[in-house]
Amino acid sequence: MKVLLNGSSYSVKNNCSVDSLIKNLDLNGKYAIEINQNIIPRSQYSNKRINSGDKIEIVQAIGGG
Amino acid sequence: MANSDKNIFKIADSIYSSRLLVGTGKYKNTQEAKSAIDKSGAEIVTVAIRRTNIGQEKNEPNLLDIISPDKFTILPNTAGCYDADSAIRTCQLARELLDGHALVKLEVLADKKTLFPDITQTLYAAEKLVNDNFKVMVYTTDDPIIAKRFEEIGCVAVMPLAAPIGSGLGIQNPYNIRSIVENASVPIIVDAGVGTASDASIAMELGCDGVLMNTAIAEAKNPILMAGAMKKAIQAGREAYLAGRMPKRAYASASSPIDGRFF
Repeated sequence: MKVLLNGSSYSVKNNCSVDSLIKNLDLNGKYAIEINQNIIPRSQYSNKRINSGDKIEIVQAIGGG
Repeated sequence: MANSDKNIFKIADSIYSSRLLVGTGKYKNTQEAKSAIDKSGAEIVTVAIRRTNIGQEKNEPNLLDIISPDKFTILPNTAGCYDADSAIRTCQLARELLDGHALVKLEVLADKKTLFPDITQTLYAAEKLVNDNFKVMVYTTDDPIIAKRFEEIGCVAVMPLAAPIGSGLGIQNPYNIRSIVENASVPIIVDAGVGTASDASIAMELGCDGVLMNTAIAEAKNPILMAGAMKKAIQAGREAYLAGRMPKRAYASASSPIDGRFF
């Protein structure tokens, strides 16, 4: 199924958890995740399922003033 | 700031020894940012919150691996937000990112050319964030009435601009800054507009509790040397403020006595 990940179309398996999405992305460092503008706490990554069409944002800290 | 011990710099119950707060933007690379920050002696460091680059730059070090939250107080900003809702959303993501760390720099901008803040949106966002247990350091104009209003809302620090962000024009309205400082009971930190060391000293001589800067260091020809200069300027300005400057006079006043002259 398709989701919108950081503004771009992205394919994930049906019934995919946030945890497995993260593993597929091979992210490093600290990040935070929002699905349809709701923050997903780290403790919910393994239980939270992704639905088709979800708008997912994964953010990190970068240089800024 | 009306504080019984004038020399303690405290924000949201944490005591800091450096009154210089620095940003991490506009550096050539993360390592240059780290070297400048180390040289500046800053303990509070701002960061921006942006989308992770999916599948790119795998070897690029994560900013927080270099500037560790264990060593620095990380101050996430809401730079680039032009409405209260996106600023609030950014703060919520930042708090999750930083494992519940609730100190944020709130800025809601109004205009791309001047980057002046949108005060009505900033007031609205500040109120919401304070109610949601954020510790809000708020970027605002140098209007003393508005500065007081942010304090009343419950912001932990009020941060008036000296001049537009990234302009390096220095303190444009010292009278307003002084007025804000005199009426404040939370720390007042000049945020934005400092261009060189003397600008930072002037802010501190006016009685500000600290100065937050980014471009003045990052865009110096030698950022690391400038970071050291800023550290000294902040300390010199603070000490001059505490020492209390001499009165200004219209005419000269001889330093050597008239009595005892043999000529």
